[in-house]
Amino acid sequence: MKALWRALAALRQYPSAIAGLGIVLGMVLFALFSVIAIPYQEAIRLWRGGEGLWTDSPRFAPPAWVNWWPGSNLPTTIRLDSADGGATKTREDLGGGVTEVNLVYAFDYGFDGFPQELTVFFNPTFEAGRPNASLTWRTPDGREIRVGDVTLRSAETFRISQDTRLERRLGGVVPEIGLFADPANPGQPLKGRYELHVAGLVFEEAADIDARLVVYGQVHGWAGTDHRRRDLGVALMWGAPIALAFGLLAAVGTIVTTMFIAAMGVWFGGWIDAAIQRITEVNIILPFLPILIMVGTFYSRSIWVLLLVVIALGIFTAGIKSYRAIFMQIKQSAYIEAAQAYGAGNLRIVVRYMIPRIVPVLVPAFVSAVPTFVFLEASLAVLGLGDPVLPTWGKMINDAQANGALFRGYYYWILQPAALLLLTGFGFALVGFALDRVFNPRLRDV
Amino acid sequence: MNVGDADRLLEVRDLRLYYRTTKGVLQAVDRVDLDLPRDRSIVVVGESGCGKSSLSKALLRLLPRNVAAYDGVVQLGDDDVMKLSDERYRKEVRWVRMGFVPQAAMNTLNPVIRIGEQIYEALILHRRARTKAEADDKAREGFKMVGLPTDFLDRYSFELSGGMRQRAAIAMALVMEPDLVILDEPTSALDVLTQANVMNLLKRVKAEIKTSFILITHDIATSSEIADDAAVMYAGEMVEWSDAGRFYLEPLHPYSQMLMASVPTLHEDRELSFIPGQPPSLINPPTGCRFKDRCPARFAKCDEPPPMFDTADGRKVRCWLHG
Amino acid sequence: MADASVNGTLLDVRGLRTHFELRRFGFFKVGTVRAVDGISFQLGQGEAVAVVGESGCGKSTLVKTLLGIHPPTEGEIRFNGRDISKFDAATLKWYRSQIGYVQQDPYGALPPFMQAQRILEEPMIVNGVRDRAERMERINTALTEVKLTPVGDILQKFPHMLSGGQQQRLVIARAMILNPKLILADEPVSMLDASVRVEILQILRKLQETHGIGVIYITHDLSTVRYFSERIFVMYGGKLIEHAGVRDLVHHPSHPYTQALLEAISDPDPVNATHMKKVPAGEPPSLVNPPPGCRYHPRCPHHMPGICDVEDPPHFLPRPDHWTACFLYRDGAEAPPP
Repeated sequence: MKALWRALAALRQYPSAIAGLGIVLGMVLFALFSVIAIPYQEAIRLWRGGEGLWTDSPRFAPPAWVNWWPGSNLPTTIRLDSADGGATKTREDLGGGVTEVNLVYAFDYGFDGFPQELTVFFNPTFEAGRPNASLTWRTPDGREIRVGDVTLRSAETFRISQDTRLERRLGGVVPEIGLFADPANPGQPLKGRYELHVAGLVFEEAADIDARLVVYGQVHGWAGTDHRRRDLGVALMWGAPIALAFGLLAAVGTIVTTMFIAAMGVWFGGWIDAAIQRITEVNIILPFLPILIMVGTFYSRSIWVLLLVVIALGIFTAGIKSYRAIFMQIKQSAYIEAAQAYGAGNLRIVVRYMIPRIVPVLVPAFVSAVPTFVFLEASLAVLGLGDPVLPTWGKMINDAQANGALFRGYYYWILQPAALLLLTGFGFALVGFALDRVFNPRLRDV
Repeated sequence: MNVGDADRLLEVRDLRLYYRTTKGVLQAVDRVDLDLPRDRSIVVVGESGCGKSSLSKALLRLLPRNVAAYDGVVQLGDDDVMKLSDERYRKEVRWVRMGFVPQAAMNTLNPVIRIGEQIYEALILHRRARTKAEADDKAREGFKMVGLPTDFLDRYSFELSGGMRQRAAIAMALVMEPDLVILDEPTSALDVLTQANVMNLLKRVKAEIKTSFILITHDIATSSEIADDAAVMYAGEMVEWSDAGRFYLEPLHPYSQMLMASVPTLHEDRELSFIPGQPPSLINPPTGCRFKDRCPARFAKCDEPPPMFDTADGRKVRCWLHG
Repeated sequence: MADASVNGTLLDVRGLRTHFELRRFGFFKVGTVRAVDGISFQLGQGEAVAVVGESGCGKSTLVKTLLGIHPPTEGEIRFNGRDISKFDAATLKWYRSQIGYVQQDPYGALPPFMQAQRILEEPMIVNGVRDRAERMERINTALTEVKLTPVGDILQKFPHMLSGGQQQRLVIARAMILNPKLILADEPVSMLDASVRVEILQILRKLQETHGIGVIYITHDLSTVRYFSERIFVMYGGKLIEHAGVRDLVHHPSHPYTQALLEAISDPDPVNATHMKKVPAGEPPSLVNPPPGCRYHPRCPHHMPGICDVEDPPHFLPRPDHWTACFLYRDGAEAPPP
């Protein structure tokens, strides 16, 4: 323990290590925060998505902070739900069992861009008689545009932007642009107060109409959205603990096990040592990534299976050879002989006298191994072999690629996870290199 | 030591070598003076951490990267070699006029080159021989002088025993016909009998050719085999200089006396003593006399650093007792 | 062999041979290293003896065989009368706790990642001293006896924070901590500065006298032997070639090798520079292919062809209590192997 503190103190003289530690610490805190803010089950649920969860988000929307760019004023989503007061609702009994339910949605539109979509989600309550609704659009400069009529089933979605008749009425312009365009300046939206009037008719006493108007913005959230309208922030946040956990577990699992096996081989010598060396030599030749791809393709893509295979393949690697060399040197030490002389047993000698000498070598190796495994998991995910349910950075990149993100200009979708991956690798690498210099004096410059 | 200038081979004044370390500046060699007339050999004795190995590095300009200070006057013959550039020093002084047999020389022979090749390389590089044949002749002579069979020139260093390798290293230094040879612990890693053989060899060489030796060692007993003069280093400073005859029988400096008293003798019965405590750190050495904390004869004046005093009988000692 | 001591024999070694096989590729036997090739001696309780020899004479292997680290190839070692090759694992462990081992390299002998307190506790923990208070008390005593004080300061130090002399004293303290009956000291001072050696030897001497422990002091430096032991055994090429009391050996060395050794050692005397030493040339013998007969004969100035190169010389007794394995003394009484 004390050795750890001394190592950290020694790191202080390397500015790169301090930067690296800062990054790593930031990542760890970010991961912890993610796990607390969005518990695991919740994250899975959110990521599994389904239209029901993310209906009110735009698709392929860049993050909202794009608007900090000077001159950029892209619209964000406007949601008005009559159920919680987003609309002014009036009921008028017209007699004969018919009641008029009027909903007026009013909002101010000050953005420089057109909305992505316009949709009205109806939520009527009725028994048998299906209500109908008539929608009218009022622009800030007083024009009234008839949007359309619709007969409501139990849950009706009226996608204004996809209505071809409205499009024709607007002169061939898609509704989300046509309804907002400034007549004097058709490329720009007219700013001001817009109103949507929904004149509904219900045919029962207890019937009612509630509706939600969603004016989809072009930007959304702090991370943007993907093809399934999911907020990428969930994946970015949850990618951190998954990446770190995978990296740490794999690094610890492989390096610690490798070290133990090397120690046992050196201590017992003879055929045990020879067997370990031969297994290692065979394993080194085996192609790591193709085997993982095979396992992922034919067996299971669960991240735990992947982790186990990675550790299993990662044990008998070149590390065994180099730790063995170090152990053989340590075994010759005079204090080991002295320990035999006062009667210490084999296990005690290996665990208490030999292994502590190699820990200083392991620590930098371990720190440098973490990003390797993080990238490995991400690579597999990018190749489509990642865990199907977990929101990881690699999965994001995989989705992005499948949806042609770079081709269609959705750079944020790739750059954000890539940046986080790079940052993680960079942070650990900085710390790892500095630790290497702390523990291995021959690399120092004096 | 009152020798005429013409006979003075090496004159060192105020030689300093400080190293930069993470803990501060290490004053390994701190204003050392040394005089070596031709045809005389001097031993520099001291214990670990006194700076004697650094002294050899300073004289040969074999410096590491973290040097904090390196200055002084080193007069070799008529030239102040400290003034030479590194390149000229390498070409003209090191290995040419000053030979070197490093510590554990047996391990410093190149294991992948035949011994003969190494010697030829040194001779030709430093222009002591113009052709390989000439170099071969000189190498054979060198080997004869150190008592090695000449067919060992065709062997690799690992084929030779420790003692033979040491002789080969001595031969390598001697074939260059330098003015002086610095030997750093030439026999410490050898067996007693081999050690005696090597010392015999050095005695013979000393008698036959006109090369002076500076022998650096911690083994006081062995040093008496070859010393004409003796110098004692402690904590980076030279604290005593004397001719051998009087040094071994009656050292002057309290440290030398206590050191002499701690050497076990075989042939005479003697009470042994040791020096309690440890030498001071060379980083931030104490003010005043550096031996004062362990010295039984310490008095008030010792808090001031003593200069090197000349005694009436021609010896030098850095101690207020003789001021 | 003469009376071991008033208290009885602690260690009785007879005909000890320790050979190693040289194997290529782990399979093919290409030779045998006869590191210890027929050694017999006795050590009395509380007696201090020196084993002198150069590197490659087998003395380190002798130590390891006595410690039970290498099994002997032939011969017997009896500790307090019991044959150690018959020891089961538990008794062997007890046997090891009865011997303290002091090694040559003080820094290498101490685990660099442990503090002094832990270093001293380990032997006790391994040998079942469970009571923490008792361990601390024994640590205190041990450190005080080797003059590593104040004890409180030393306990928390790592080996690299101690000087060479202090490190070696810690090693000695560790060797003493189990109250052994015997100390094996393999070149305990050869890596230390001259001014410190005497202190360590004096500490060892005092410990030996106070606790009445036997000491086997292995060294190549004959000049220290006088200050520390009563008898000397001289080893050469894996064999014991001479043994006698210290004074007797130094003043009347009988084996030519011993004579050469004594001649080779210098006292700090300026007169040395004026004459050459009479020492034989050559190298110590290979332990794989030793010369036939007396191992020293290729270097011996008194070599008698036909006698010295045929058979191993037995031990002769040229003077009282002074044994030599040299055919020069074959006209004297031939004594049975001690």
